[in-house]
Amino acid sequence: MIADVFRELRNNKLALFGVIIIFLLIFIAIFAPFIAPHDPVDQELKKRLSSPSSEYPLGTDHLGRCILSRLIYGARISLPIAMAVIGITFAIGVTIGAISGYLGGVTDEIIMRIVDVLLTFPGLILALAIIAALGPGIFNAGIALVVVGWAGYTRIVRGSVLSVKEKEFVEGVRALGASDFYILVRHILPNVIAPVIPLAMLGIGYVILAVAGLSFLGLGAQPPMPEWGAMLNDGRAFMRSAPHLMIFPGLAIMVTVLAFNLLGDGLRDALDPRARMREKVIER
Amino acid sequence: MLKYIAKRLVLLVPILLGISLLTFSLMHLIPGDPAEILLRQQGIIPTQEAIEKFREQMDLNDPLPIQYFNWMYCLLHGDLGSSLSVSYGKPVLTEIMFRFPRTLELAAVSLLISLLISIPLGILAAVKQNSAIDRLTLVGASLGIAMPVFWLGLLLILLFSVHLGWFPVCGYGSVKHIILPSITLGIGMAALTTRLMRASMLEVLEEDYIITARGKGLRERIVILKHALRNALIPVVTVAGLQFGWLLEGAVFVEVIFTWPGVGKLLVDSISVRDIPMVQGCVLFVACVFVLVNLAVDISYGVLDPRVRYERS
Repeated sequence: MIADVFRELRNNKLALFGVIIIFLLIFIAIFAPFIAPHDPVDQELKKRLSSPSSEYPLGTDHLGRCILSRLIYGARISLPIAMAVIGITFAIGVTIGAISGYLGGVTDEIIMRIVDVLLTFPGLILALAIIAALGPGIFNAGIALVVVGWAGYTRIVRGSVLSVKEKEFVEGVRALGASDFYILVRHILPNVIAPVIPLAMLGIGYVILAVAGLSFLGLGAQPPMPEWGAMLNDGRAFMRSAPHLMIFPGLAIMVTVLAFNLLGDGLRDALDPRARMREKVIER
Repeated sequence: MLKYIAKRLVLLVPILLGISLLTFSLMHLIPGDPAEILLRQQGIIPTQEAIEKFREQMDLNDPLPIQYFNWMYCLLHGDLGSSLSVSYGKPVLTEIMFRFPRTLELAAVSLLISLLISIPLGILAAVKQNSAIDRLTLVGASLGIAMPVFWLGLLLILLFSVHLGWFPVCGYGSVKHIILPSITLGIGMAALTTRLMRASMLEVLEEDYIITARGKGLRERIVILKHALRNALIPVVTVAGLQFGWLLEGAVFVEVIFTWPGVGKLLVDSISVRDIPMVQGCVLFVACVFVLVNLAVDISYGVLDPRVRYERS
């Protein structure tokens, strides 16, 4: 099955393009100190707002900091945060969903009511409210996005668990005397996790956008952190005199989000044989 | 049908209770003593006396369940508390009711723009599947989904306001003021809808009744616009409720960038000064509006498609 998915992905040029960009971004993030021409927070006030030149390939910002270097170091913020947020969200969401579906009864009822409530809020609005209480900052922004995000995974996983737990192989294992925990982890989880993986990839794209958005509003990353959304916000004031301040960070956000979305779309198609069949029929 | 609507309404009760509970708890999510922190935020030195007075005023002394009960009691009587800073002392609800029509205005125009872009483009891309138009549409949609709505807004300002000078940079008032903000939001939303419209149209075009319609010798234009479009629109209407949520989120950014005096800007302004009652009010209000819009979509969907009514009841 995993081999199938890889084969599908290899044939999907767009998904492959996404993977290449993601690897490139990870490479840039890891080796930032060697790639970046300048220190990302070093201020050269005499050279502020200068246009792209050979010394500063993408120009400098309002404090004379090298924009290219800040973008490169920005990958060190956006990528790990998005991956951590989605990793935690995914783990919490899947665990609660599996427990809810497997146990059923009152536990399930209570969990699903909580999920219903969380899903009735437009996600970002609730995240904003949580940040209002906790105070601004990139860490709190991450917490807010986890609180807002897990419910979606829970609902999907719970649905799959409900159908899988009635299958004969589960009954078989239970008859052999396996514990609930063993059945859940070894037999049910592997069967329900596939449909949520593409969702997690698309989720990374969403979280990168959300973190950039919150930082743009001044509620996420705080200065002098070279976060892409915060850089856009800095550049806003200098739109007339130095438009390059706001063009490049936006481009960085878009390309990164696009890469994760392309991979997510590709994974979804690869994991959904029905979609594959449909496409083949249509191609004929 | 009435039974279906009644059932939907009953299901709303626990959700509304949950929303109120979550909103109420915001005040108590504040790390540390909310009274002290909120006083500091207002520039008042938190002396023992000031803290006591503030606690009394904000009803923070009772045990939590009683606080919640009191808060709910006020809420049900239309009292959401008073603003702590943005518009000091003003009732939260008055301010929100004053701002909300402007957000609604922005959302409605944006929705219109997004439908004007996405429906024709979606149809065209599906009908000419795999053509250059189709590929361009798909690439455009992918870029549109990945593009931060706040960046798009800034780029539009740069081009149309700063360079060409066609529209004001920001503000509220005339028709000219609403064009750029609503295009920004409309394009962002159109990216999502176009993809959906195309996929749904492709599916419908495979149906037997389309083959029949073509077999009857109807002109292609009639087959597409009369037979296929109606059915292809159903999934687009279904997700309209969710899309509205997206619109509200996007409106926050667009309102901030264009200084559009709506609820989104009010929310962000209140957050930066930690005007918690105002934040609570905005969140509660937006969530309720979102729930009601989804209810309306569900009901209208039930009216349009009897199958839904039976399945869900």
